Amino acid sequence: MQTTSTPATPAAPGTTPDELLLPVPDEDGAPFWEYAAQGELRVQACAAPACGKLRFPPRPCCPHCRSFDSEWRLMSGRGRIWSYVRPHPPLLPAYAAQAPYNVILVELADAPQIRLVGNLVTSPDAPLDSVDPARLRIGARVQVVFTETGGTPVPRWVLEKS
Amino acid sequence: MAATLKDATAIVGIGQTAFAKQLPQSEKELACRAILAALDDAGIDPSEVDAFSSYTMEETDEVEVAKAIGAGDVTFFSKIGYGGGGSCATVGHLAAAVATGQASVGVAWRSRKRGSGPRPWKNTAVQLPTPGQWTRPFGLLRPADEIGMLARRYMHEYGATRDHLFNVAMACRNRANENPAAMMYERPLTREMYMTARMISDPLCLFDNCLETDGALACVIVSAERARDCRQKPVYVHSVAQGLPSQHHGMVNYWNDDPLSGPAWTAARHLWKQADFGPQDVDVAQIYDAFTPLIPLSLEGYGFCGRGEGASFTEGGALEIGGRLPINTGGGGLSEAYVHGFNLINEGVKQLRGISTAQVPDAATCLVTAGEGVPTSAILLRA
Ligand SMILES: [Zn+2]
Repeated sequence: MQTTSTPATPAAPGTTPDELLLPVPDEDGAPFWEYAAQGELRVQACAAPACGKLRFPPRPCCPHCRSFDSEWRLMSGRGRIWSYVRPHPPLLPAYAAQAPYNVILVELADAPQIRLVGNLVTSPDAPLDSVDPARLRIGARVQVVFTETGGTPVPRWVLEKS
Repeated sequence: MAATLKDATAIVGIGQTAFAKQLPQSEKELACRAILAALDDAGIDPSEVDAFSSYTMEETDEVEVAKAIGAGDVTFFSKIGYGGGGSCATVGHLAAAVATGQASVGVAWRSRKRGSGPRPWKNTAVQLPTPGQWTRPFGLLRPADEIGMLARRYMHEYGATRDHLFNVAMACRNRANENPAAMMYERPLTREMYMTARMISDPLCLFDNCLETDGALACVIVSAERARDCRQKPVYVHSVAQGLPSQHHGMVNYWNDDPLSGPAWTAARHLWKQADFGPQDVDVAQIYDAFTPLIPLSLEGYGFCGRGEGASFTEGGALEIGGRLPINTGGGGLSEAYVHGFNLINEGVKQLRGISTAQVPDAATCLVTAGEGVPTSAILLRA
């Protein structure tokens, strides 16, 4: 895939200049990405005092008590790898260029039933295939970091220093 | 006493086109050919069709099909969502319509040019809104990636191995090698081929994935009473169910308490509750196999074994002809054709008519399932 740096060619909607996909938030999900822009990993929680349960993905109302009041609770950013895959082509060109890369599913240390899809990288701005596959392990402890891609902050994960 | 669907209707006609990586005909033409073949098989004139059901992903709609085949006035039509999860529900909806007098001759069908057509996952504009915002930017792009994530966890939790997944791929390929209509007819698979195949989404390799296929299939449903006068031996729709579990999220079932017990479990509970027999009485099963790990997950969900035992269930030739539960006797989505699981329905009918190319002797009961991992459906057929 040839990439040019011609600034006159805008990226396709929903993609970064190098054509990785950007999150396209819906109304319920928008706060997650706004907090991410501030470097915070927050998860939606029910704001009813008697309930307060976390939920993901975000939605208008609490499945436990049906309250429409919600708040966004700050997480520690620590988690463990619940599972992972290593996609190989055929893939969208921008992803094929970095394949095989890893996609991990992280269960949050604060709330193991909340699981976030992400990438394990060696540093916030490192490529998707920057971690040696031998280091991928279910149960490995990870820590959230944020990178800005195409103007949108995206959470990624690094191995927690032991 | 509430009305029951149990044995109230029967599948009396089946039809299909050729299956190939590339067919010259349009999806619409393929659909019409499959439907007309099914009606001819049943001995029913197309003008008598008054009900249609297909998938929301079916692009040949009932208006076009009804017009093309010369159907009469149509009084029932429905479309089922969630891709391959909809296959068995097409039969279920028509069974309900016929049993309640809303219609008398129903046609279910699926036509697809996936072999030569576009890959749905490449349409990022459609993919990106909810829930794509939580998965796609990270490169979790295709169904193989989404199911691969569950497969890895399943292997970790229960000691399942690639050899177990190979058992599934092998059983399907062996049946396809007996089925001249299958895309993989006369193309044997070996363990070495499997173990050295290129990865698609590690832990899933090429042979863990279904085939890209052009083709169409259809079946005809009428009341049990009318079925007795049809050309073919009736195959009764004994029980039907759909399944959308609590807190399910479609393909990425990662956000409920128990991601490894998917929609199969929900559909199964209702399916067996309505049936006169249980999993131990099933002679042959057609289990949706877009990906090999869906088989052990479904074996557990539909009650053929306990939780976590689906992988070991595949050992010792259990899924082969003569084994504990022969599956996907036409070759399935892995080796016959991937037409969103509709070939599994028609293969179930063939088994109960006694005309399968890999016939299970005296098969009288068959479970057919739709896509696991998405809101799903299932039917129990009996001779
Ligand atoms: Zn609540």
